[in-house]
Amino acid sequence: MSEALSELGEHIANVLDSAIREQSVTHGELTLTIHRDRIEEMLRFLRDDPACRFTTLIDICGVDYPQRADRFDVVYHLLSMHLNQRIRVKLSTDEDTPVASVHEIFPVADWFEREAFDMYGIVFSDHPDLRRLLTDYGFEGYPLRKDFPLSGHVEVRWDEEQKRVVYEPVELVQEFRDFDFLSPWEGAKYVIPGDEKAKQGGA
Amino acid sequence: MAITDPSTEERTFTINFGPQHPAAHGVLRLVLELDGEIVERVDPHIGLLHRGTEKLLEHKTYLQGIGYFDRLDYVAPMNQEHAFCMAVERLAGIEVPIRASYVRVLYCEIGRILSHLLNVTTQAMDVGALTPPLWGFEEREKLMVFYERASGSRMHAHYFRPGGVHQDLPPDLIDDIGAWCEQFPEKLDDIDTLLTENRIFKQRNVDIGVVTREDALAWGFSGVMVRGSGMAWDLRRSQPYEVYDDLEFDIPVGKNGDCWDRYLCRMEEMRESVKIMRQCVEWLKKPENAGEVLPTRSKFAPPRRAEMKRSMEALIHHFKLYTEGAHVPAGETYAAVEAPKGEFGVYLVADGTNKPYRVKIRAPGFAHLAAMDYLNRGHMLADVSAILGSLDIVFGEIDR
Repeated sequence: MSEALSELGEHIANVLDSAIREQSVTHGELTLTIHRDRIEEMLRFLRDDPACRFTTLIDICGVDYPQRADRFDVVYHLLSMHLNQRIRVKLSTDEDTPVASVHEIFPVADWFEREAFDMYGIVFSDHPDLRRLLTDYGFEGYPLRKDFPLSGHVEVRWDEEQKRVVYEPVELVQEFRDFDFLSPWEGAKYVIPGDEKAKQGGA
Repeated sequence: MAITDPSTEERTFTINFGPQHPAAHGVLRLVLELDGEIVERVDPHIGLLHRGTEKLLEHKTYLQGIGYFDRLDYVAPMNQEHAFCMAVERLAGIEVPIRASYVRVLYCEIGRILSHLLNVTTQAMDVGALTPPLWGFEEREKLMVFYERASGSRMHAHYFRPGGVHQDLPPDLIDDIGAWCEQFPEKLDDIDTLLTENRIFKQRNVDIGVVTREDALAWGFSGVMVRGSGMAWDLRRSQPYEVYDDLEFDIPVGKNGDCWDRYLCRMEEMRESVKIMRQCVEWLKKPENAGEVLPTRSKFAPPRRAEMKRSMEALIHHFKLYTEGAHVPAGETYAAVEAPKGEFGVYLVADGTNKPYRVKIRAPGFAHLAAMDYLNRGHMLADVSAILGSLDIVFGEIDR
């Protein structure tokens, strides 16, 4: 399986070497990391090349790494029913730089890109209809970004006097408890609260 | 927008279908633009059931995360757990014992029948037949009792674990599932006689919502949506996981890609699922196939209660497993299963801690619903509910 994948990776690299930044086969899956501006060319090649024929776009999703300059990864998963192979194409972008939309190559990308825009604020250029998809009408913020709080910012309730649903800032009766269970012996890379003295003592 | 300009012949109506409509299969709002009774544009507004599953998963340990998968496609809960467990297993390098594989397959097929029964019968209800749901739901209820007897819960089972399943099946439960398999094909025949050659049912479904092979590929379809269009593609056969390789079953394939073919595929798939279940029951019953269903030495499995009473290490392990949770090595993987509705995939990015860094849930229904506009253009208003029914939409998985 992985031999066929690395052969496939070589074949793609032969044609589009300048587009590929990195390629790897891990867990029996081929991953290509490419330059942002080459995505259309790459997907078109993967779909049409007789040795690839990745004709099904399985998924597009974002991943957020706030500590990086290009904070978002955009991950494309493709499936070739003819070769019975999968491939993953990755590129990175930041909050402002648009990624070319691939809805003309795969019409289903329309919704996947809307979702990535909705959840992360990743902008896709030339998208016909880049509206929010999953969040509420008039929603603000990008919920899957790592700096977006789990509890969100607003909550809704029915107001009996105004006879309509009203939005209010979230008020938690009890603070949201995000337990830190990482083991102090191996996991935590920071000083555990209450443990400051132990460090100073220098055991 | 009612009539755009009274002086012209232009009469485009915009109407709302849902979010409270019995044929919307949950909370779908379709904004339909109609020219008379012809659909000109469909704009699905989804997200009314959005619960932020992917965000929540980033804040829960791997073991706690499994429960969220039951709540995605809530008519076939275990199939979803399966994909997540497979992703974790692949990253953590866990082997699944053979007996656990059989139990998983057995319950995944139960899930498939649960889902198909719901879909076939409610699709019939969408086009005007009331009896099929009444008959089909009786069988679903029996299946959910099997869920309950294995996991303690009718629907939100939380039964699959990375490495296997939580508990072995009691012997009488296996017998009862075997007995159920004997009587179910007869019930299926009953539904068959009600629907398959029913004049009204055929008038509403034949040649409606035709999906060609090219469409199915372009729109990222999977499952029955591609098989109905004549492509023999089933992950259980083409990229086999668990023990599907060793089991005998066929993949029914449609011819015309219309709503009726998809209905026929689902009916036939249920018969194939019963075939698989029979083989699993037979295998599980054999005394020589007894064994563990969760590797006891795995970091992901709790120690047995009896052991915890004696061994300090077991007690510590139990405590750490249910508080901190097990760590998954850093990496990324995409694991997919053939869920009843199509390819259900989990793209898991782990950073080496006890919580996933990112989980992307690839729901089959999402891609199917994305094609709603394309499929409905030029159809009549009444066909919208027939097409929607045959797409097999469940909002738990689409909105996530």
